[in-house]
Amino acid sequence: MEAPSTVTRTAHPYMANSAPALRQELLDAVGVSDPDALFEQIPAAHRTTHAFDLPPALRSEAQLQRHLRTTLAANVSCESNLSFLGGGVWQHYVPAVCDEIAQRTEFVTSEWGTPASDLGRNQAWFEFASQLGELLSLDFVGLPVYSWGCAAGHAVRMAARISGRRELLVPATLDRERLAVIRSYCAPPQMADHIAIVEVATDPRTDALDLADLEAKLSSRTAAVYVETPSGLGAIEPNGPEIARLARAAGAETIAGVDPLSLGILAPPGEWGADIAVGPTQPLGVHMNCGGGVGGFIATRDEERYARQYPTLQVSIAPTRAPGERGFAMTLFEQSSYGRREEGNDWTGNSVYLWAIVNAVYMSLLGPQGFADLGATIVRRSHDAARRIGALPGVEIRFPHFFKEFVVSFDGTGRTVAEVNAALLERGIFGGADLSADHPRLGQSALYCVTEVHAREDVDRLVRALAEVTA
Amino acid sequence: MSVPRFHAAAWDEPLVMELGRPGRRAQLAPDVEDEAALPLSELLPAGVARAQPPALPELSEFEVQRHYLHLSQMTLGMMGVNLFGTCTMKYNARVNELIAARPELAEIHPGQPLETLQGVLRIVHEFERILCELSGMDRFVFQAGGGADAAYTHACVTRAYHAARGELEQRTEVITTIQTHPCNAATAAAAGFDVVTLPLGPDGYPTLASLEAAVSERTAALMVGNPDDMGIYNPEITRWIELVHEAGGLAFYDNANFNGVMSRIRGRELGFDACMYMLHKTFGAPKGGGGPAVGAYGCSAELEPFLPRPLVTRDAATGEYGLETLAEAPQSIGKVREFWGNVPVVVKAYSWTRALGAEGIRDAADLSVLANNYMDARLAQVRGVTRSNPHVTKRRLEMTRWSLAQVLEETGVDVHDISNRMVDYGVDAPWLAHEPWLVPEPVTPEPGELWSKEDVDTWIDVLERVIEEAYADPELVRSAPHNHPIAQVDVARVDEPSQWATTWRAAVRKRVAIARPAGSDHPRALGRASLSQAEASAGAEAST
Repeated sequence: MEAPSTVTRTAHPYMANSAPALRQELLDAVGVSDPDALFEQIPAAHRTTHAFDLPPALRSEAQLQRHLRTTLAANVSCESNLSFLGGGVWQHYVPAVCDEIAQRTEFVTSEWGTPASDLGRNQAWFEFASQLGELLSLDFVGLPVYSWGCAAGHAVRMAARISGRRELLVPATLDRERLAVIRSYCAPPQMADHIAIVEVATDPRTDALDLADLEAKLSSRTAAVYVETPSGLGAIEPNGPEIARLARAAGAETIAGVDPLSLGILAPPGEWGADIAVGPTQPLGVHMNCGGGVGGFIATRDEERYARQYPTLQVSIAPTRAPGERGFAMTLFEQSSYGRREEGNDWTGNSVYLWAIVNAVYMSLLGPQGFADLGATIVRRSHDAARRIGALPGVEIRFPHFFKEFVVSFDGTGRTVAEVNAALLERGIFGGADLSADHPRLGQSALYCVTEVHAREDVDRLVRALAEVTA
Repeated sequence: MSVPRFHAAAWDEPLVMELGRPGRRAQLAPDVEDEAALPLSELLPAGVARAQPPALPELSEFEVQRHYLHLSQMTLGMMGVNLFGTCTMKYNARVNELIAARPELAEIHPGQPLETLQGVLRIVHEFERILCELSGMDRFVFQAGGGADAAYTHACVTRAYHAARGELEQRTEVITTIQTHPCNAATAAAAGFDVVTLPLGPDGYPTLASLEAAVSERTAALMVGNPDDMGIYNPEITRWIELVHEAGGLAFYDNANFNGVMSRIRGRELGFDACMYMLHKTFGAPKGGGGPAVGAYGCSAELEPFLPRPLVTRDAATGEYGLETLAEAPQSIGKVREFWGNVPVVVKAYSWTRALGAEGIRDAADLSVLANNYMDARLAQVRGVTRSNPHVTKRRLEMTRWSLAQVLEETGVDVHDISNRMVDYGVDAPWLAHEPWLVPEPVTPEPGELWSKEDVDTWIDVLERVIEEAYADPELVRSAPHNHPIAQVDVARVDEPSQWATTWRAAVRKRVAIARPAGSDHPRALGRASLSQAEASAGAEAST
């Protein structure tokens, strides 16, 4: 790009000083005729002569909006098609107030600030942690990390630092996407700080963790047992307290992965003995955003043993200099990588803090009864859908107890999931995620997700379509 | 010098945990329409049901809306003038927010059939090509959820690269510099490497000799930023890269400070193997107070096999877009985060590059460096303000680090006090510096291309006014802020186990900052009633 050094174009709307006369005013004030003179630190040999081949500018917002809108129109959304996809990002109803607050420019554009001048944002963060703590029955909650898998990865590293041990037990049916993320937090075997991941068998009838296999694999090497409820395959784990007891007896931490939306009806991890709870924040009022809605939380009991291992930022309530007044400030900041570089706990950086505010709004909107009612609606609708799908010839529901996702086996139909889903797509339906590659033991199975967004008529339509497709 | 009058909204807003009355509702769950659906009690396995409901607030919908609107109004952020250095405060175009909220982006699932994702795949693919143009790299991936996560991606790629060559056991060290962002050192350590940090030399950047002494057969990678956040460019960087390459290591360019050199420098041409851009900084996507963000990680063709998956592909024959998955990439590091990344942030960054085009990007770089040099001239005249590395006389790039050590020495007022007073004029607190502070009492403004000359003048005027106040009435500054809803937060004990409380239930148990002054109960807060309930529940918990 051989850009002319004197701008003669109309000012750009995003740049106040780009109007030619105003730009000249700055050049005059600085005392140069050409901005090139300001780059004297950079050796000539470092400067590119590349002719940049970028698409043409769309300087008018009307043109730009048209281009983006028409390009994205090639997508088919889960509002226009009927979707039963889940598996780490789920379609839930997003209340309008969540969308309004997510769009507030004060929150959208803020950066760092001070505790007093960004009081509102910091209070919202504290309310995120406080409400999540009530759902989990745990009283130390960090600000969120990038995703559920990342939260689990950090939790494993916390457990390894606490115990000095380097082995992690996970369910054999753990979601492969999440497992891949956890694996990258555990370092390869050639590294000194490698954490070995050992799979524990699950019950083929319920997907519950196999307690005998767990006992056999727990040892003085075990840093933590990672268990999820609902599991990656949707199943509710009935033996949480026993798993935590066995882990504790072996000197290992119990890390629980939980869906916060289930906690209006399912016992919270803090009450059944989990030491560290992690999970997704996207279900709490954040759109799927093509997977860009994900976030993850980490929570524990408020004990130094755990608090001093957090890699996150944490907001604490604190007094101000005015008597009786309260504010919010970062606590344990010095143990982060901002405070101690490579000596800090893992690393800290930009995360999904805007979503934390949206999560706080969502939890306030639902309240205790809202979580109970929504949980019941989801469980009843998903079981109703599963019952009707499972009544189709050759179709079988694999695990009896689940929250919003369930495994549908098409083995008895002679069809592959790929064939079923292709035929469903022709009917405007996104069928459940194909598990056949990731979980070959399940044969031709798919993971279906049914939530409060799926009305009776949606399930009717799915069942009719599946009947045609599998006939 | 004229400074604006300002006072923040002060709503005296209780915590949401204290608001509401039993029985109020803000959202109702849809009915279960099928009469055949079984009751919940018959559907859950034994022993998994929640016994006590969570102690969440009970509010009407309007009460929730008003509460969070009040909190937004008590967030100064970028509502005044915000020259927060290293973060490149830009206009975050509203049109992008509206586009991202449309169901064709907000309500799509990454696992949908690819033929139903062609629009978003096309944007990700075209944006990847734009970043390849700007950097000279061959591939980009957007999975990393921020700049630090991209640095971690590089640390993982470094592991995989050396493992593939059978040298991972040998290559145990990552070299960085003290002025490179701490996330580089931290992510290298988290990935299992020993970190070697080079100090600054007499010219404001580490000496070549210090690098020569550090490089060895143990070197896995160099992770470095350039220019640094003092505005100083290391002119020997190409020689650095040669040295690291000769030793068998990889060179990673933390391009956090890209704004001033956009279209002038391409990392690949300098010899870097990989680089990182922050789309929520340089590329116009909003910060969200700390994400959702994207660290776009780019690399040479040689490193492509190790990249996390999926990568977006385009079939040259059909023009169809697709995804290359892990199953097709046996050498891949796997995943650093689920799915493809913060896709709406990628769309916003793509939109920003389309709004500017190549010439606009050049203009933005020029204007950001021009504005900083304008600031340099004015700030050098302000009492008590001195430039970092004063002997480096060449012009700085898009930001400069300043020191207010003289102000502290002469008035006892430090940079935290000055930050707290600047916000009283509606100017956001400036970036100081990362730990450790090499420059005493640092302040690092970055004007970028967004802010008008008047805004930049206002920022300088406010700093000048606050420094005058520090000399005339230091207690006024030390006790700031005065125009915000609360006074300075007392952080003296916030790191003590008995005093930290990251949740309301912990605060109630520890009795930290829970009581309001006598006689000042908020009419909408349940006040002491809720407190005693919360205390009762905390007490019950403590006794179990």
